[in-house]
Amino acid sequence: MATTSITLTETPQVQSYLALADDALVLGHRTSEWTGHAPLLEEELALANIALDLIGQARMLYQAAGELTGHSEDELAYLRDPPAFRNALIMELPNGDFAFTMARLLLVSVASDQKWRSGFADPVLTAIGEKAMKETAYHVRHSAEWLIRLGDGTVESHRRAQDAVDALWPFTGELTASREPWLRAVAPVLHRATLQQPKDGWMQSGGRTGRHTEHLGHLLAEMQVLPRTYPGAIW
Amino acid sequence: MDLLERARAAAASVTDPELPPLTVEDLGILRDVRLDNGTIEVAITPTYSGCPAMREIAGAIEKAVRETGAEKVRVRHVLTPAWTTDWLTHVARTKLLALGIAPPEPGQGTEALFGRPAVACPRCHSTNTERISAFGSTACKALHRCLNCKEPFEAFKCH
Repeated sequence: MATTSITLTETPQVQSYLALADDALVLGHRTSEWTGHAPLLEEELALANIALDLIGQARMLYQAAGELTGHSEDELAYLRDPPAFRNALIMELPNGDFAFTMARLLLVSVASDQKWRSGFADPVLTAIGEKAMKETAYHVRHSAEWLIRLGDGTVESHRRAQDAVDALWPFTGELTASREPWLRAVAPVLHRATLQQPKDGWMQSGGRTGRHTEHLGHLLAEMQVLPRTYPGAIW
Repeated sequence: MDLLERARAAAASVTDPELPPLTVEDLGILRDVRLDNGTIEVAITPTYSGCPAMREIAGAIEKAVRETGAEKVRVRHVLTPAWTTDWLTHVARTKLLALGIAPPEPGQGTEALFGRPAVACPRCHSTNTERISAFGSTACKALHRCLNCKEPFEAFKCH
């Protein structure tokens, strides 16, 4: 018999943990979808490592949220429905092509890097951030190098990289509380990649309050099917 | 030896399943072993957020400490201060080299966006090397190659 979803009382603190945790889990899951499909062996390892970092960060954050809500990390990941997820919409968008995947990883990782480095009033988040910021620095560098290679590469790779940045830009409004530092970090990479920086216009939002794109439900269906169908299943 | 000393020695001797010659003490992830109200409490620090070896290591520590006669054992994860490769002991660096893995240079943890620290080849010791990929077979290693002896090798990431 399938398990029922949990319901949470979300204090602002729980919500702040879940926003970070869901960002990391959903992007980690998307990144892990490349496993077995990456364009070259080194990239296969890199994407699997990045996914592992993100899912590891998510676990620590869910454990912290679990201390406050009384739910295990597994329950938080597997037994919530899409409207209970607090991730930014950009995390759940399908991977698209390799350029889209790398452009998203850069735009998101720059925001994560700045978030972890800016510190928190909350000591639990500070402790998790101490570890996460080192990992995120690798993600920023890896994705920046790829975006530069693609943007400043062939006509085809340039077109794909520009299309990716253009399509992702309206989803970047949810990533930061303060946009200026993020723009200052992203702009030089786009410049080196010979890519046009899109103009800031209308931004998509809703992820933080549980209004998601249709893509999250499909992602969660795949992620949650096993623990929901076989509750308590272990390896 | 009393129970606490035996427990400490047992915990310290547990090895990393991904780098079997290295113990948790060599790696610098064993933070504390104490007796708390009849329970042996072992504190360890995760290396990488998603390192799959941490779970196995925690299990192995619990088993090893139990075998010394401790009835109640608890393994606690301490997140702060965060583990850094600067905590690798001298013994760890020697063991890594013997495995053909370039140890991290202390204090190189914060690379600039496009900076590349020189990594010495564990075979011929040349620093005429290049990085193939920042990500390797495990979260803690990167892929490099030596331009002098032409051998590929793994390097422990500065973290």
